Amino acid sequence: MFRFTRILFALILLWATVFAAHAAPLRMATTTSTQNSGLLDLLLPAFQKKSGIEVHVIAVGTGKALKMGRDGDVDVVMVHAESAEKKFVEEGYGVDRIQFMYNDFVLVGPKSDPAGIKGEKSVTDALAAINKQPIKFVSRGDDSGTHKKERSLWAAADIQPAGSWYIEAGQGMGKVLQMASELDAYTLTDRGTWLAYKDKLDMALLNAGDVKLSNPYGIIAVDPKRHADTNYADAKQLIDWIGSQEAQQLIKDYRLHGEPLFIPLLLN
Amino acid sequence: METLSAATYQAVYLLFTGDPALWTIIGISFSVSLRAIVYATPLALLTAFALAYLRFPGRRLLVSIFNTALSIPAVVVGLTLYILLSKAGPLGEWRLLFTQEAMIMGQFCLCFPLLVAMSHAALQSSDRRAWETALTLGASPLRAFLTLLHENRFGLVGAIVAGFGRIIAEVGSSMMLGGNILNYTRNIPTAIALETSKGSFAEGIALGLVLLVMALVLNILLGQMQGKGEVIQ
Repeated sequence: MFRFTRILFALILLWATVFAAHAAPLRMATTTSTQNSGLLDLLLPAFQKKSGIEVHVIAVGTGKALKMGRDGDVDVVMVHAESAEKKFVEEGYGVDRIQFMYNDFVLVGPKSDPAGIKGEKSVTDALAAINKQPIKFVSRGDDSGTHKKERSLWAAADIQPAGSWYIEAGQGMGKVLQMASELDAYTLTDRGTWLAYKDKLDMALLNAGDVKLSNPYGIIAVDPKRHADTNYADAKQLIDWIGSQEAQQLIKDYRLHGEPLFIPLLLN
Repeated sequence: METLSAATYQAVYLLFTGDPALWTIIGISFSVSLRAIVYATPLALLTAFALAYLRFPGRRLLVSIFNTALSIPAVVVGLTLYILLSKAGPLGEWRLLFTQEAMIMGQFCLCFPLLVAMSHAALQSSDRRAWETALTLGASPLRAFLTLLHENRFGLVGAIVAGFGRIIAEVGSSMMLGGNILNYTRNIPTAIALETSKGSFAEGIALGLVLLVMALVLNILLGQMQGKGEVIQ
């Protein structure tokens, strides 16, 4: 019996070592909204087939994704926060940044649209209309890419959002949509998360299309000069592939709930 | 990567400069959890007393149920109440979701089984003669009950401290039911979760230290009460 246990233990140890010896995968930090869109489930297997490189995706908020890049905890970062990305590169943490696609943000709210934002052409007018009504607006409040976009839109509309109508939730996009639905409030969301959640919500898409609502995505390799042990070679390969015509076509053809979601930026 | 010592320094700095944002979060944390424990304690003590001193069918089963309830994850409690309180749920009319009251309900459900299980253990092992003597000496059942609690204050205060410890540090149900709304339902644990998701680890650690220091102060105070025995009466 003891003999058997010992052999079993040896086998388990052996098995564990075999797994540990597996080739180092490429670690990529991205935002939860990118992962929720489902696009990576299409792109990454295609990339692995082509290059043999396995990509481990860690989905967190934009701020944390960039921090993981700064700390050298990941090899490559895929986010959508233009100014934060530029800062990341300027401060010498990232190299080889490309912008490879975009989608857009949309304003969603109660189906009855009490603020009447449906007809507004510009998003700033829509926000001003919400501000005029005694109606709630749920903000991400978590310093994410979406939150930064929302703050810049309020600033563009010359409104200082504050008060009990302005709810700073400090949670992810899916949670904020649920909260807005429960509280009969408006909110700003990326189209991908909206499409993924809309069937579960008592809400409608009310305003979209303003050029200010564009949401470009960037991918950046962590600078190997800053963190020597980073897997730069594979990161570079992934970035080159994402910019390739093959990947760009995949992005263009991607559909979520039957609707196109992303527009490639590098397709010829 | 910020060092722990830098985070500690920042935490102390924020505390002593009376940073209003930080103190609001601390205030919400303690106000919600204290209310939850205040509501839960009397009911839990009565339940524990019934389980320990009365004999009725299904008693042992009830004890097992309360002991099992200790291992219910906070998110499951949060999710169950969320479904009940949601607009589409049976209690949606109350419009309680994303309020402090909803958080209190969640924390109540979390600390109640712990309070019952630990108080029951304390009362079960106590000397039955305290109860019987008090009754023989002509005390009313309520008076005898209070005497019993007084006699067992060590175990009972321990139960309350443990219950409070569970809910003050709990993030799952507070996040779901409160919604982490700034200046309203953002407490220390949900704020830590938020700071972590933002990548501001120093602020997260700072809040964690605050929680530890506050818990220490509270435990010292309760320990004093335990020693002097003036907690229940």
